Amino acid sequence: MIDVEGLTRYYGEKRAISDVSFHVKEGEILGMLGPNAAGKTTTMRILTCFMPPTSGKATIGGFDIFEHSMDVRRITGYLPENPPLYTDMSVTDYLDFVAKLKGIDKIKRKSEVDSVVEKAALGDVQTRIIGKLSKGYKQRVGLAQCLLNNPKIVILDEPTVGLDPKQIIEIRELIKNLRGEHTVILSSHILPEIEQTCERVVIINDGRVVAEDTPENLMLRLKGGERTQLMVEGKESDVKKALKSIKEIKSLETSAGEKGIINVVVESEKDIRKMLAKNIVTEGLGLLELSTDRFTLEDIFLHLTTKEEEVA
Amino acid sequence: MKEILAIFQKELKTSYYSLIAYIVIGLFTAIAGYFFFSQLSYFVEMAFREMMMAQQYRMQPRPMNVNLMLVRPFFGILATISLFFLPIITMRLYSEEKRLGTVELLYTTPITPMQIIIGKFLSGVALYIVLLIPSMFFQILLFIYGDPEFWPIFSGYLGLILMGAAFISIGLFISTTTENQIISAIGGFALLLILWVIGFSANFVGPTLGSVLSYISIINHFEDFSQGVIDTSHVAYYLLFMSIGIYFSTKMIESVKWRA
Repeated sequence: MIDVEGLTRYYGEKRAISDVSFHVKEGEILGMLGPNAAGKTTTMRILTCFMPPTSGKATIGGFDIFEHSMDVRRITGYLPENPPLYTDMSVTDYLDFVAKLKGIDKIKRKSEVDSVVEKAALGDVQTRIIGKLSKGYKQRVGLAQCLLNNPKIVILDEPTVGLDPKQIIEIRELIKNLRGEHTVILSSHILPEIEQTCERVVIINDGRVVAEDTPENLMLRLKGGERTQLMVEGKESDVKKALKSIKEIKSLETSAGEKGIINVVVESEKDIRKMLAKNIVTEGLGLLELSTDRFTLEDIFLHLTTKEEEVA
Repeated sequence: MKEILAIFQKELKTSYYSLIAYIVIGLFTAIAGYFFFSQLSYFVEMAFREMMMAQQYRMQPRPMNVNLMLVRPFFGILATISLFFLPIITMRLYSEEKRLGTVELLYTTPITPMQIIIGKFLSGVALYIVLLIPSMFFQILLFIYGDPEFWPIFSGYLGLILMGAAFISIGLFISTTTENQIISAIGGFALLLILWVIGFSANFVGPTLGSVLSYISIINHFEDFSQGVIDTSHVAYYLLFMSIGIYFSTKMIESVKWRA
């Protein structure tokens, strides 16, 4: 659906992005992750035909962003980092205007506006003046605008920035609902967000793509294995005996805690939680807690953006 | 065409809801009214004197021409006030989009820079026509109490609108260069003023350059209109002027995209 091949963009002498390439399949949600000023917005602005790249090419839905810019714009909805709102218009007036810009016929315009108002849950505020709305509502108006004309491709630049936790959750839910119907590119420098909403992640640092994969694969590649923590009631020796038979265990550490509780840390290549639980229980020990100590995207992110190491 | 209409309607709607349009119309009318009143008073006084003299010397009072003494100078005044007020109309036309960041919306929806500029230009012209409407009531007063000729008034307004539209195209161009509305207004005003007075020096710079300068001067082309003459060369001048303004505004926003 979206093919990006070697995009490079200079602002004067300064290179903003360099040789950025990635692909997005239809119906997929791709997360673009990177620290501030990494080149996420630049990439998105190029994809939405806001500005041309210095070199490289990209096609969206089969249309070249440069040759068939108008076709690309017709099938793309874009929410810039600062939602482009006319603060002295009412919500419905604004959406009606954008619908006109997007070339929606007069007959369909009303129903189209109504449907995005519903999708973005703006029913309560649709007659209010945009300038008087809260940041969360403004963001939703921006999102509604971007969804007008039911675009195949939705590009969202840091959609949750500056919102309170409740609003963030609401916006995330909205984005999750886009899955399947729309192909989505979403940028963020907030990691859990990407982890929760995206199927695949492109990590951009200093204008370059440093990794592209699913969040899970990225984690696996980085850590090279699983780490599981257990809390077991019983004797240390019994615990060791119980776990001896599992071949997958690479290393095992035990330490005695309070009230006869043993803390165990197991490292393995695969996920062996089931076997661990089964062995401990059949040995007659009390399994109080079992958790995988997962490397988060945060670790990967820091790893990739602080060291110059290529994962992909 | 639909896109142009969309921009046009949006701009007018914004003006309709914003205070500044009403302030501009109110002040414009007040100032124009003041000048009209003082001219009218002067005219009445002159007429009165004329009658006194006629009585004294027992002869017919000489006829006085309303068009010549009242209407024509009034158009000159309207043109001058427009010079001051039009930059206020044009200052926000594009600067506002830049300030709000809505250029990002305009550039990523299927609308071309030319359509944006034409829509905005036409909305400016429409607002200017609205601005002139109250001054037409003054002219109606003349028809009620006097007997002016209609055509010079018609051609005067046509000239004002053409000249105003040329001003707007320049102001719009300045507006595309900055996101600061004050700079936009001052820049627009300065450029208009230069184009206004550039003909003054025509007499001192030799015949060739002089004729060029007086051709460029935006006000020289207006005088015929206020005298009831619709000369196609003047119409062509203003149309050319507008085309240049629109062309450069379009190029400006296209180039910003490349330099961004």
